[in-house]
Amino acid sequence: MSNMRSLSFDAIIIGGGGSGLRAALELAKSGKKTAVLSKVFPTRSHTVSAQGGITCAIASADPNDDWRWHMYDTVKGGDYIADQDAAEYMCSEGPKAVFELEHMGLPFSRFDNGRIYQRPFGGQSKNFGEGGQAARTCAAADRTGHALLHTLYQNNLKNNTTFLNEWYAVDLVKNANGDVVGCIALDIETGEVVHVKSKATVLATGGAGRIYASTTNALINTGDGIGMALRAGFPMQDMEMWQFHPTGIYGAGTLVTEGCRGEGGYLVNKDGERFMERYAPNAKDLAGRDVVARSMVMEILEGRGCGEKGDHVFLKLDHLGEEVLGKRLPGIVELSKTFAHADPAKEPIPVVPTCHYMMGGIPTNVHGQAIMQDADGNDQIVNGLFACGEAACVSVHGANRLGGNSLLDLVVFGRAAGMFIEGALNEGIDYLDASESDVDAAMKRMSRWNESSGGESVPELKAELQDIMQNAFGVFRQEDNMQEGVKKLADLRERIANASMGDKSNAFNTARVEALELDNLMEVAEATAISALERKESRGAHSRYDYPDRDDVNWLKHSLYFPADKTLGKRDVNFTPKTVDTFEPKVRTY
Amino acid sequence: MSTLQVSVYRYNPETDSAPYMQEFQVDTKGRDLMVLDVLHLTKEQDSSMAYRRSCREGVCGSDGMNMNGKNGLACITPLSEVVKNNKLVLRPLPGLPVIRDLVVDMGIFYKQYERIQPYLQNDTPAPAIERLQSPEERDKLDGLYECILCACCSTACPSFWWNPDKFVGPAGLLQSYRFLADSRDEATQARLADLEDPFSVFRCRGIMNCVSVCPKGLNPTRAIGKIREMLLANAT
Amino acid sequence: MVTNITNFGRSGLSDWLIQRFSAVILALYTLFIVAYLLLNPGLDYATWSGLFAQTWMRIFSLLAFVSIAAHAWIGLWTVTTDYLKPTGIRLAVQSAIILAIFVFLVWGIQILWGA
Repeated sequence: MSNMRSLSFDAIIIGGGGSGLRAALELAKSGKKTAVLSKVFPTRSHTVSAQGGITCAIASADPNDDWRWHMYDTVKGGDYIADQDAAEYMCSEGPKAVFELEHMGLPFSRFDNGRIYQRPFGGQSKNFGEGGQAARTCAAADRTGHALLHTLYQNNLKNNTTFLNEWYAVDLVKNANGDVVGCIALDIETGEVVHVKSKATVLATGGAGRIYASTTNALINTGDGIGMALRAGFPMQDMEMWQFHPTGIYGAGTLVTEGCRGEGGYLVNKDGERFMERYAPNAKDLAGRDVVARSMVMEILEGRGCGEKGDHVFLKLDHLGEEVLGKRLPGIVELSKTFAHADPAKEPIPVVPTCHYMMGGIPTNVHGQAIMQDADGNDQIVNGLFACGEAACVSVHGANRLGGNSLLDLVVFGRAAGMFIEGALNEGIDYLDASESDVDAAMKRMSRWNESSGGESVPELKAELQDIMQNAFGVFRQEDNMQEGVKKLADLRERIANASMGDKSNAFNTARVEALELDNLMEVAEATAISALERKESRGAHSRYDYPDRDDVNWLKHSLYFPADKTLGKRDVNFTPKTVDTFEPKVRTY
Repeated sequence: MSTLQVSVYRYNPETDSAPYMQEFQVDTKGRDLMVLDVLHLTKEQDSSMAYRRSCREGVCGSDGMNMNGKNGLACITPLSEVVKNNKLVLRPLPGLPVIRDLVVDMGIFYKQYERIQPYLQNDTPAPAIERLQSPEERDKLDGLYECILCACCSTACPSFWWNPDKFVGPAGLLQSYRFLADSRDEATQARLADLEDPFSVFRCRGIMNCVSVCPKGLNPTRAIGKIREMLLANAT
Repeated sequence: MVTNITNFGRSGLSDWLIQRFSAVILALYTLFIVAYLLLNPGLDYATWSGLFAQTWMRIFSLLAFVSIAAHAWIGLWTVTTDYLKPTGIRLAVQSAIILAIFVFLVWGIQILWGA
């Protein structure tokens, strides 16, 4: 592989979604030689699908709003394994990041006084849970992610960011010291494989919802960054924590924003009963997503589901009237008509909890630096490797993310990573170059697929993987099911190692990309499965029939999955925010 | 009868000297699938088939293509809307160079988008909070900012076919007006000055193909009319 | 900004405005002529030439001729830039069109004010 072309950058950002573009913007402004490497044109990234908004205490809907209240909600929402220093950073820096977006041109909806429109979202409170429902989610109608992503892309154009669009990162390149010094990437259009050298490599590759058969995630959400980091031997944090969004459209899986319930919509069972009143008497339909999703599954399991099979519930919006729907939820009206054949102004939307968000990921500090553990269990920075956005686990979401917090996570920590890398580059970064054998090691997987023949096909194996995850690692989990799932995944890993790629041509070969993605799905699925099996409690999105209670004695911890021996360790949760008192774990009710 | 006749434009620059149409029989099991689902089924039959896709819900703009003669997004176009006589013909977006199969080179489309400086320009120091904008001012951006850059409109426009290097095209002009209409943007004069030549805006002949194909229901022709009005008001 | 030197008004806006203005003139002129012909069914040469002997009619006609010339140039220039991609051919056709329009215009003036 010595004839491989190489490119050199100060920083390479893998992923062109919200967090990647925000990091890139920071670096482009600083004049560092930066490139965004994205497998799709940046505005096709999954951030574009975010609907309801970006949660942040900008004190628009309520002039007395306080970021500390937001921080409290975030920590409580995460069932107390969110790192409190990180949640503090996100909630206090948030307003700055949101105002920056507005100054960049993001077309937020507005209140009559000209300030940014904010709507209520699940899990939001005033005065540390004592002051009732807050309205803290800044919105651009129900297309906030689209508006945000386009605004960030536009401002990257303004600042002349270099883009390697439709390039696919295959694997990280590590030098002899184990520092990350770049990656191997595939130019999808030509099929050329390039060695991208970089002093800082940022994984902003988003989530991996495609490990499940039913997900709100885009087809591209295959956990590429997670897969790369795991293959490079780095640990993953809290991978058992997968959020199931209460309102995915039944059958299609497409997302219906929580903003629908924020605007006054609610869920009903087959008897027309607003059942969330029973499960969360105060917050009702605006309880945490994990709580609502579980309640829906309970309704369905207890025979009160809607439809012929009784396997979904209804989201009722018609009482809001066409004007509110048209102004605040126009995208939902469109999606519902297209995918549910239901006009929400006239009839309810059939919905079901659907895999939505990966709370876990690459453990990082607030600067986006990736973290691993040394032999004594102490945190250790991974030189050269950064992560932000859904791929990272800072962790601000803990065991369950609040609605609207992911967009805030993207911009706050994308920005933070960019700023930190700029500083580090100014101080000088000098890692050993990768040797030829280091590069060859990163090329191994690509070469395997290129030479494959006679094995099973990629789409079939992918479907099988998704079914295993859907059946054994869904909203409710239990030991025997999961054990069987882990076993099936181990078997599947063998079969994937022998699978073959049907098309080996170079120009825009999407079969090659899908084969490489399958490896990443496999890595994410196995990390999820083993983490879920080992965390013997119920917390946030991780609910077990066999361990129905939260166990703060043993599990007020992050889980840490080590790929080398496929074991699960633990990592301390941060309980020492800098400027506020610690939020002590309490029983979580809504 | 649930077997659909699907005819797909195929071209691989490495092996084909010329493009050709490949025929597939796809079993839809009687369901009203989206065209994108049908493409997945054809790819299962022939993994060498290339097309772009991402969100599969009509917001990312990846899978713009020509379906039975009309541009649209494969992921939100149900078979019942396009199939005639049980036949579906899929071709790449017209007017752009084909990279492979249904994948086109969108370079010139993006270049026209970049040309209109698609970002807010405001040199007044920003306040500590957001810039204020009344709901009425914000309403002017509705129908403009929602564009997903799928290129269905520009590649349905004969003026763009003939002069893709000079005519901005409906997608770029819609975004141009999105910033001209934004109460927070201060570059109106510079933006207008860049558009008053005979090609950039004025090559629009008002045939409204853009409006009839836009999968988001947007109206670039109206935006182009508004730009003309602004140019006229500015110059008289 | 796309630079052009062969279009009529050097600016897309003025071309566009002239195109619309000249179209209105031509519409009015056409309406007038059609109406005149309908109102004078047994039209003879003397009446017809009498009409064109009046100064206002000559000015109106000249305005229409100039409008046709401008309208035709702008329209045909657009057509040539759409369909004729090789510069040499496009310039040659554009020159021929200009020449023809010029000839027709001078000829028209000569008919109006000539003997």
